[in-house]
Amino acid sequence: MSSESKKIKIGLEVHCQLTSLKTKLFCNSPSDYREKPPNTNICPVCIGTPGSLPVLNRNALNYATMVASSLNFEIMSHMIFFRKNYFYPDMSKNFQITQYDRAGGVPFAINGYILLNDGRKIRLGRMQLEEDPAKISYDGTIESSSETYVDYNRAGIALIEIVTEPDLESPSDAREFLNKLSSILEHLNVLDLGLEGSVRCDANISHRGGKRVEIKNISSFKEVERALNFEMTRQKSLASKGISVSQETRHWDDVRRITISLRLKEEEQDYRYFPETDLVPVTLSETFIEKINHDMPELPKEREIRFQQEYNHSSEIARVLVKDKYLADYSEKAAKESIAPREVGILLAVNLPPFLNEIGKDLKSLDVAPEHFAELADMISKGEVSRRSAKTIFLEMLKTGQKPRNIFDKKGLDVISDSKSIEDIVTKIFKDNPEAVKDAAKDTKAINFLLGKIMQETQGRVDPSIATKLVKQKLSVQ
Amino acid sequence: MKTPKHPISEKEVSHLAELARLELSGKDVTEMRLHLNKILDYFKMIDEVDTEGISPTYHVFDLVNVLRDDTPHSPESKDLLENVPKKKGRYIKAPRMI
Amino acid sequence: MTARILDIPVWEVVKKIANQEISSEDYISETLERIQKIDPKINAYITVIKEASLDKALELDKQIRQGKTVGRLAGLPIAIKDSICVKNIKNTCGSRMLENFVAPYNATVADKIIREDGIIIGKTNLDEFAMGTSTEHSYFGATRNPWDSSKVPGGSSGGSAASIASFEAALALGSDTGGSIRSPASFCSVVGLKPTYGAVSRYGLVSYSNSLEQIGPIARDVRSTAILMDCINGHDIRDSTSKNTVPQRFADIFKNTVKNLKIGVPNEFFGEGVQKEVHKSIWNVIHKIEKLGFHYEKTTLPLVKYALPAYYIIAMSEASSNLARYDGLRYGFNVLKNNLNWNTTFSKNRRNGFGDEVRQRIMLGTYTLSAGYFDQYYLKAQKIRTLIKQDFDRAFKKFDILVVPSMPILPFALGEKLNDPLSLYMCDINTVPANLAGIPSISIPCGLSSGLPIGVQIMAPPFREDLLFKAGYLFEENVTIDKSVGEFTNV
Ligand SMILES: [Zn+2]
Repeated sequence: MSSESKKIKIGLEVHCQLTSLKTKLFCNSPSDYREKPPNTNICPVCIGTPGSLPVLNRNALNYATMVASSLNFEIMSHMIFFRKNYFYPDMSKNFQITQYDRAGGVPFAINGYILLNDGRKIRLGRMQLEEDPAKISYDGTIESSSETYVDYNRAGIALIEIVTEPDLESPSDAREFLNKLSSILEHLNVLDLGLEGSVRCDANISHRGGKRVEIKNISSFKEVERALNFEMTRQKSLASKGISVSQETRHWDDVRRITISLRLKEEEQDYRYFPETDLVPVTLSETFIEKINHDMPELPKEREIRFQQEYNHSSEIARVLVKDKYLADYSEKAAKESIAPREVGILLAVNLPPFLNEIGKDLKSLDVAPEHFAELADMISKGEVSRRSAKTIFLEMLKTGQKPRNIFDKKGLDVISDSKSIEDIVTKIFKDNPEAVKDAAKDTKAINFLLGKIMQETQGRVDPSIATKLVKQKLSVQ
Repeated sequence: MKTPKHPISEKEVSHLAELARLELSGKDVTEMRLHLNKILDYFKMIDEVDTEGISPTYHVFDLVNVLRDDTPHSPESKDLLENVPKKKGRYIKAPRMI
Repeated sequence: MTARILDIPVWEVVKKIANQEISSEDYISETLERIQKIDPKINAYITVIKEASLDKALELDKQIRQGKTVGRLAGLPIAIKDSICVKNIKNTCGSRMLENFVAPYNATVADKIIREDGIIIGKTNLDEFAMGTSTEHSYFGATRNPWDSSKVPGGSSGGSAASIASFEAALALGSDTGGSIRSPASFCSVVGLKPTYGAVSRYGLVSYSNSLEQIGPIARDVRSTAILMDCINGHDIRDSTSKNTVPQRFADIFKNTVKNLKIGVPNEFFGEGVQKEVHKSIWNVIHKIEKLGFHYEKTTLPLVKYALPAYYIIAMSEASSNLARYDGLRYGFNVLKNNLNWNTTFSKNRRNGFGDEVRQRIMLGTYTLSAGYFDQYYLKAQKIRTLIKQDFDRAFKKFDILVVPSMPILPFALGEKLNDPLSLYMCDINTVPANLAGIPSISIPCGLSSGLPIGVQIMAPPFREDLLFKAGYLFEENVTIDKSVGEFTNV
């Protein structure tokens, strides 16, 4: 890490929906609001009908406790909810029920952390439970639309807000952090990252002790690194021109991939927080928290260790595999089917990512069964295919979804293993390249040219070590 | 004390009206200020009470952990939309943002 | 059939309907006729439900004739304050803001009344969003006191109390945030109960100050009040603040007369703001009770002196937030003008949808919650609330009940206090302490002065409504009130 980028301080404010809940945070309206016709997924409570009252979802409390516990938070034993008062057309009551750390309030939990791969601790200041607002849409853009259309289907969905200290030192740190966070939430089975709008992020970034810039409205974790990179470059370029960065809030435009200034001076918002007395206090006993911890699903860190023990993955491979719950589950299915789980790990953690990167897809969208990976790993480990052939089969398998065995049979990619056949090929190459044979006799480095020819001839189906041995033998007798 | 006699200025009244989204004309502001100050002067009376070390009573009785099961009810949106003044299809129409 | 059936005590009527001595049809028809005849002068109702009420009465009579079991309120016309939702009926809260708002669901209390075969005959007038002590601050005009139509009926549940006093309903529901049931009960010489906070579900009551208010029954006598309370109290999963216990049953407690009652009379409720006629009337009834062998003792609750400002700070703070939802989008008054942005539209809708008093309270509540003032006002008031609660806790270690005047003054003339909000707030001085402490409190008619009603207020420890009914019944038995002197108080 260069000393200059260390001068960057990044903090994140992450909002995650608890997508596994069946109902909203304070009412029994279903939580699967996506794809429903506008304003059909509502009830008096979540649309703020006069006289309606909120009642807390038991599972929201359980899930939030699980999240807090797995992020090393200190969970508060006694808490109340607060109203955050502000007007906006997406607010069904013009206040949001949330938590607050003043006026006798406490957040859900404080002082958590996530460790990055290099051991740096990213401190999590607080976590709180709150409700999602409605969704607003426009004709065209927010500026040009003469009307606004509000759909309350999402209003009242349970959110957890996690706020980090400014401990992240680069946009890639932010990516690593968010990967770890999402893997934990997915392993807890509380969040489905694949659902549109299930996570949102605000980021703040300051460069070399300069003013803090807030970036609002980053609509997915993937966008965060991009937005931060843009903003870092913008701030560096201002600094190089001697222009000081002003403290401001900027908006991430994910279409144009730039940040736009929202307002220069962050005006002091007066949210008039005060207790929501339609809800009673929540107390979480030690016994309750112990029970939650006891029933907690396996977390990525534990799974990483188990993968090394159970499937003989290297620590590096295991870490890559658990970065994403889908990949981890997938690799485990494949590993269980294979006699060479270590090979499975290499295929999925080392060979797969560059391919996915190149085609711009993810594992989920490929039509390849885990068993295919297991089969290929077995073929490699039994020595039925050379590494080079294996690569050919691998790419073909990913592109077509065919079973490795079928590709292998069709292409005739079996290893040429009988020495008579190999000898014939070597003889042929010697005959075709007399100059090279002369060179090789003088200079051993020139052997590589002959070996290359042999590999070309056989499409890599001979074991390079056997070929080298035969070439050396033949040279010595000449 | 920062506010000896009349706690709120007209400027503050206008600011409050903005916070509370209540349109007030110039005359309204003057009138409102008079009324508010009369009442706020009366509220000053509570300064006499020593509340050092006393915790607030947000909830009058000690109920805790009132929770409901995570069981969905079918939404009841039909009647709810009947009170909406402006609609477009099933959307609730709001004014322009900017 | 004669209108005299309206004069029979309601707790008897319900029995007579069940055993076919009176038909619900007759009772409902008489009530509707009465409404038609006198309500133009009283203005107790915002909405009267005619056909559906008669249909329901006929249906019930039929069921009774067929020997089917009917509910505990079978056939009784019940008036409900227009801030409590009854499905498919307008719920205006006395505001232009909700002039056209039709409740899309039933409040829990409405559900309970319907389940007990009560007949919801109409929705009653109130001060806008229950903010007031005179029922003059209604977009639908003031309600008048049935004893003297030039006087206010008290408030904010003035329509409910007036409908009971004038025989326009058998039973009524009001809501009490700082006295809004007891004030009109006192001014209209009827019985009104503010239950313990959490005894009755608030689900469906449009919030004014949600940490203080309760729905409660209003009736012409204590036993009838108990019948309605019997049916509406109890736990509700839709209201997190409702007490999770089995419902209390009150209808049978009158079989045994009360023997021992330790009565406390706290000085602070007899301060300089209390008119001498009120003083006289309350002491009169206390002495009568004393003669029956019930001992009383003077006591003191020193912090009650600060109850009124503390109450108004809390109530206005909560109101500023509770009433934020009225922006004209999902329901309510909307200027429907194009080309204004959302901010301007919200401000115009709220400027024009709310009346003066509501606007003023929202402004004050916004102030007392705002940055820099929160500690000084809201937090301080909540701490004073703790001290007041402690005062009551101490008093109830010694006494079973506390007896004080409900209202410090006699019913006043319409318009008299309209331009002086502070003097109107002062009317709540004796009722707000019970809301701050969350304790139950009842107002019982205790006399007239120059033909104007005076009420005595009894307070008891949390969830001891039984004591209020027993004591209230005792007081009621020892007081005679001449209804013939009132303008609309006899049938
Ligand atoms: Zn809902």
